[in-house]
Amino acid sequence: MKRIKTLTASTMDKTVVNGGCGECQTSCQSACKTSCTVGNQSCEHKEEQ
Amino acid sequence: MVHRYKNNGYNIVLDVASGSVHVVDDLVYEMIGLYEEHDRDEIRDAMLKMFGDAYSSEEIDETYDEITSIKDAGQLFTEDAYRDIIIDFKKRKTVVKALCLHMAHDCNLACRYCFAEEGTYHGQKRELMSYEVGKKALDFLIENSGNRVNLEVDFFGGEPLMNFEVVKQLVAYGRSREKEAGKNFRFTLTTNGVLLDDEVTEFCNREISNVVLSLDGRKCVNDRMRPARNGQGSFDIIVPKFKRFVEQRGDKSYYVRGTFTHENLDFYQDFLAMADLGFKEISIEPVVAPPSASYSIKEEDIAAICEEYDKLAKDLIEREKSGKPITFFHFKIDLNGGPCVYKRLSGCGSGTEYLAVTPGGDLYPCHQFVGIDEFKLGDVDHGITNTAVVEDFKCCNVYAKDKCKDCFARFYCSGGCAANAYQFHGNILDAYDIGCELQRKRIECAIMIKAALADTEEGDS
Repeated sequence: MKRIKTLTASTMDKTVVNGGCGECQTSCQSACKTSCTVGNQSCEHKEEQ
Repeated sequence: MVHRYKNNGYNIVLDVASGSVHVVDDLVYEMIGLYEEHDRDEIRDAMLKMFGDAYSSEEIDETYDEITSIKDAGQLFTEDAYRDIIIDFKKRKTVVKALCLHMAHDCNLACRYCFAEEGTYHGQKRELMSYEVGKKALDFLIENSGNRVNLEVDFFGGEPLMNFEVVKQLVAYGRSREKEAGKNFRFTLTTNGVLLDDEVTEFCNREISNVVLSLDGRKCVNDRMRPARNGQGSFDIIVPKFKRFVEQRGDKSYYVRGTFTHENLDFYQDFLAMADLGFKEISIEPVVAPPSASYSIKEEDIAAICEEYDKLAKDLIEREKSGKPITFFHFKIDLNGGPCVYKRLSGCGSGTEYLAVTPGGDLYPCHQFVGIDEFKLGDVDHGITNTAVVEDFKCCNVYAKDKCKDCFARFYCSGGCAANAYQFHGNILDAYDIGCELQRKRIECAIMIKAALADTEEGDS
């Protein structure tokens, strides 16, 4: 693809199968107490994804 | 839904529902903008008109096929098919897995913008949490956490180090129960630093997985908003302590966290001040304050704030390239892993899996709702008794919010902060509009940084 560089061909839909365990960090327990920043939290099962 | 934007010389295309990110040239960028509403011939004509003879008809047709192949691979114009699963997910029985313990409704600083009103939270009395109340809170957490293993407890305030002895006792109690309960406690602490000493440092390095150190950046900025109760600035008291703390922290996590306001819209300078002090993990958030407050962020501040975010993003790229990276919390993004769809779309967990506990043992949906009577959920003696409010929070997800429906950021902010929505609109299913604008900008910057660094790696290889 000469004109298109895909940074990530993320397949978020795959996380539907294994996701939802709820073990990951609550966003306001990290470094925000006045906003909601969920997208930067890590998955506890990243290795398995 | 596709979100296209230009930043720092990059044309970025985000396929919202799949999370795919593409960096494209000008031709692709314009063609994707027309792709859904126009056919191949119309797009070719439009491109020839737009770019003159820069591209031939053949090149444009070839590019059209490339775009189509990416679409067919599920990386462009993907349908958002998660609505039903999230609604079902939110209906599940909830467990509590995180508590914000208000160790002190009191503070040794008098920060002007404090949403906790120096620890008094909407007129609550100044008091410290007793060991007995804290212990009941941890028991409540263990008993209500179902099969969750990782339990989070944040020591918060006011200023939690005003009650350090009880913090230590509660950590010891939590640890003593971990094995038999099959749980793993992750303790965190948020402090203004005034009482930080070697004993606290040693304790935190042993027991506290993340410590948030409050500092607003430049001395003049910090001291204007974060004075001691005698009116003197706190910078000279806390900065030497923070530097010593971080030196001894090793590789354990910490954040130096600041707040910017209408009075320091040039907050990139505050980031630089923090970086010059040697801090490597930095978070700076916009103040959330009623519009009547002189220092609140105004609608007309948004453009200036976005410019500062751009400067900050470019700075972080340069630091990364030079091998001296700094982590800026709000630009952290993991494009290849990151949270699952459930986490992304179901919200921060306030009122369901994340609760706040006052010094007297009352339960609230989160630290920001403390002291608002209608949100009191129960207490550590009786558990949750106000189940109606919990049900309201269970229904709180991006699909329940009109403003999130067409927003590209919904997979990253999870519908935003319920407390902010309530503060500005009296409804947790609304959204704080200025906060949304700034969140969108931060996500754009975060993705652009990834694009720039990928570019560098490619150049190196």
